[in-house]
Amino acid sequence: MSLDIKSIDIKPKRETFGHVERRIGEGKMASRYEEATFDIQPTTNFHYRPLADASYELYDVEKTAVKMEDWYKFLDPRQYHYASYVTARAKQQEVAEQNFVFVEKRNMLDVMPAEIKELILSYVLPLRHYEWGANMNNLQLCSEGYGAAITNAFMFHAEDRLGNAQYITRIGLLLSDNEPVVLDNGKDQWMNDEAWQGLRKAMEDSFVIKDWFELHIAQNVILDAFVHPLYFNLMEQELNAKGGSAQVMMTEFITSWNEECARWIDMTVKVACSENEENKELLNTWCKKYIEIAYNAVLPLAKKVHSSPEEAMDMIKDELVVRLNKNGLNL
Amino acid sequence: MSKVFLALQAVEETRAIIEAIKEDNPHAEVENQPAMVKVAAEGKLQIMAETVSNHIGRDWDPQELQLVLVSLAGNVDEDYDHFTIYWDN
Amino acid sequence: MTMKTQKRKKRLNMKDKYKYMTRLGWDTTYQDMDDVFPKDKFEGIKIHDWEAWEDPFRMTMDAYWKYQGEKDKKLYAIIDAFSQNNGQKNITDARYVSALKLFLTGVSPLEYQAHRGFADVARNFRGDGPRVACQMQAIDELRHVQTQIHTLSHYNKHFNGFSEFAHWHDRVWYLSVPKSFFDDARSAGPFEFMIAIGFSFEYVLTNLLFVPFMSGAAYNGDMATVTFGFSAQSDEARHMTLGLQAIKFLLEQDPDNVPIVQKWIDKWTWRGYKVLGLVSMMMDYMLPESPQSWKEAWELYFEENTVALFKDLERYGIKIPECAGTVSAEKEHLSHQIWMTFYTHNAAAPFHTWLPDEKKMDWLSEKYPNTFDKYYRPVYEHWGELEKQGKRYYSEMLPQLCQTCQIPMLYTDCENDDPTQIVHKQTTFNGERFHFCSDHCQKIFEDEPEKYVQSWLPVHQIFQGNCGGATLPEVLKWYKVEFGQDNLDYVGSQDEKMWKQWKGEA
Repeated sequence: MSLDIKSIDIKPKRETFGHVERRIGEGKMASRYEEATFDIQPTTNFHYRPLADASYELYDVEKTAVKMEDWYKFLDPRQYHYASYVTARAKQQEVAEQNFVFVEKRNMLDVMPAEIKELILSYVLPLRHYEWGANMNNLQLCSEGYGAAITNAFMFHAEDRLGNAQYITRIGLLLSDNEPVVLDNGKDQWMNDEAWQGLRKAMEDSFVIKDWFELHIAQNVILDAFVHPLYFNLMEQELNAKGGSAQVMMTEFITSWNEECARWIDMTVKVACSENEENKELLNTWCKKYIEIAYNAVLPLAKKVHSSPEEAMDMIKDELVVRLNKNGLNL
Repeated sequence: MSKVFLALQAVEETRAIIEAIKEDNPHAEVENQPAMVKVAAEGKLQIMAETVSNHIGRDWDPQELQLVLVSLAGNVDEDYDHFTIYWDN
Repeated sequence: MTMKTQKRKKRLNMKDKYKYMTRLGWDTTYQDMDDVFPKDKFEGIKIHDWEAWEDPFRMTMDAYWKYQGEKDKKLYAIIDAFSQNNGQKNITDARYVSALKLFLTGVSPLEYQAHRGFADVARNFRGDGPRVACQMQAIDELRHVQTQIHTLSHYNKHFNGFSEFAHWHDRVWYLSVPKSFFDDARSAGPFEFMIAIGFSFEYVLTNLLFVPFMSGAAYNGDMATVTFGFSAQSDEARHMTLGLQAIKFLLEQDPDNVPIVQKWIDKWTWRGYKVLGLVSMMMDYMLPESPQSWKEAWELYFEENTVALFKDLERYGIKIPECAGTVSAEKEHLSHQIWMTFYTHNAAAPFHTWLPDEKKMDWLSEKYPNTFDKYYRPVYEHWGELEKQGKRYYSEMLPQLCQTCQIPMLYTDCENDDPTQIVHKQTTFNGERFHFCSDHCQKIFEDEPEKYVQSWLPVHQIFQGNCGGATLPEVLKWYKVEFGQDNLDYVGSQDEKMWKQWKGEA
């Protein structure tokens, strides 16, 4: 390759693809995110209806009661396309890795009181199943959703949940010195312990929700908004004082992930609500319904992991309602 | 017996992997092509993490193969210390 | 008290550790398992023990993010460099770019469909192991469509024939071939999807799609596409092992699965082969520098390589796909017949075609000793004469499409001794007559007629008035194909003019 300073004048004929140009305007340079997202999902002229359920086309706006004039309004504020997504996560996993190495190397778990370890094994570790359920739901959303803007984000969100589940599993193995029996015990808790049943039921009920946007509300907007703040914020604040700092270090990935995702989740609520009154009503109804379910499901767990469970839950609920109303709802 | 097959990008990291393969699999046939290195072997091919580490000068994780892998033919078995390709017949 | 900072810890072996990281599901009790997994029983496939699934690769998410992040860093550095340095100037000839147009319009949308399809099966299989493997593939496929778009974005800035790839894939006549192929897989049940795509496409046939495009790129100076190709290949290795694992798992679970799987292998090898016809034409006609002929590729990647695979599967009672004989018989004819179809219908296709020059024709004679000079060179020479007279031949007719594969019915009978006879099969269903290019397509239809009668056949649709009008200009407008820019011969095109300017030949 020669370094030809005196290169011939090569002017592009066009800045980007036609469908992108129609959205961002002629002559404008498109971002990687825009080219990777706009209109890559087929919308018409499908050849065969799905054998498993012929009531819908392969990609069908009717799979949800939410109505949008343009499903590409759900642009991700994080602008995640595959490359920027894995780049971001690679950095975050690097930090997480260092945290785990630090905890191990400094024997931080040696100074963790036994009852804190027990608490984590019984009342945090089973969350690996919760995260797996969230993974299933986000795969459902990626499969059934409409418009690549939102379904791409669901794909990333699904993989994040698997990542969360794996970090939680790793914590359990670390606490037990690689005794896998704690995982079996954790599953037993998930399946049989009274405190977990509300959440497990809520999760299993979500597996059969037909409307995909409703599922998104139930899982990503509401249920997570109770579970995650309880476990990875409020509970951990108390852990520091009780000798459980190692746990806080090991869950740093999940904590900062929550902060990041909030921007995307808020956008999905805002965009759907501001589109029309019917969507707003729909979301109001769904949010009310799932807030009640989530509150009742998570309260028994709050009683196990927090010193003032009702106060904690009320605080979480209030903050969630404020946040949702800021994004267009009126709860 | 059928031959298993592996193709790697011809980049710096691959050099050590190929050396390790030759050391641990005397029956392997290595073919250098532009941009690619192809390896064929009867029945089984084993890439040992320790051997590669010796050749590369640092700890090498078999999962790093992901970075240079182009193609393979055969069943896969991997663990912390090896990456193996084999046919059953 | 001890000076040692690190304690010795019991280490889990990788297989076990990966199990703990992925076997996270449970049998639901508040909802029926069949309601939670409504799609994995209706195909008649019997699974007794999902735990028998062996994970082909054992990458946890943190490793996935780390290694894929590194790969993308390298890939995008090259894409940026290519763009900054106007790398497109270094290709052998601008005719080559039509191969890339075929790729972006015909293949990249299939990557997107694969992404959604694998997300679907990842949710709908009951077993945890396959669900994790399938979702890894789902996100990989999203990587592929997006990196392909980004790689070819720079070409789009300078060359025609890329800009409306998304719009074309859903409408233009020959693109219904790949689109219907994947719609077929996507509308099938999860097990058929796995055999169709995971096994037949991503294992048996994958080398016949990617190697031709990637070596074509390498031989013709296209650094960007070569780099994309290498970068995607390590993902493909994971996909191949998933496909192989999937089929072995199904076959080992119950002997009743064998005939179902065999039927799918037969169907999907054929449907996949039909789509690959476009690749055969690309290899033999669209590369100024051709690394390999279609015939050579088929002989190496199918006839040679697949033998080992099917030997492995023999013990389950699986046989080599029944269409292998037909494909073999067609291998010296396929690319020529397809190129001729596109050459004559180039007014309606948004990439360029051209007559092979002497050098290329001599190469084709050498690679196709039994057929080229006898059947095809005379036609090209005749068209060459027409071109000299300023009457470059463009067909004004629309071809009949096969109901199943949707390719124009211009294939001839290569299995008997007269390959000048066009194959035309017919079946009547519910009082309506349907047309096929082959026994195999006819059989696929007759096995599931209610499915294949639904096909959105582009030529039928044009005649029914659903594509903008009754004239070619109206249809092209509806297609968003710019007449005189995207279509017609390379000679006289804007692409050619621009290329000559760059090379100082204007």
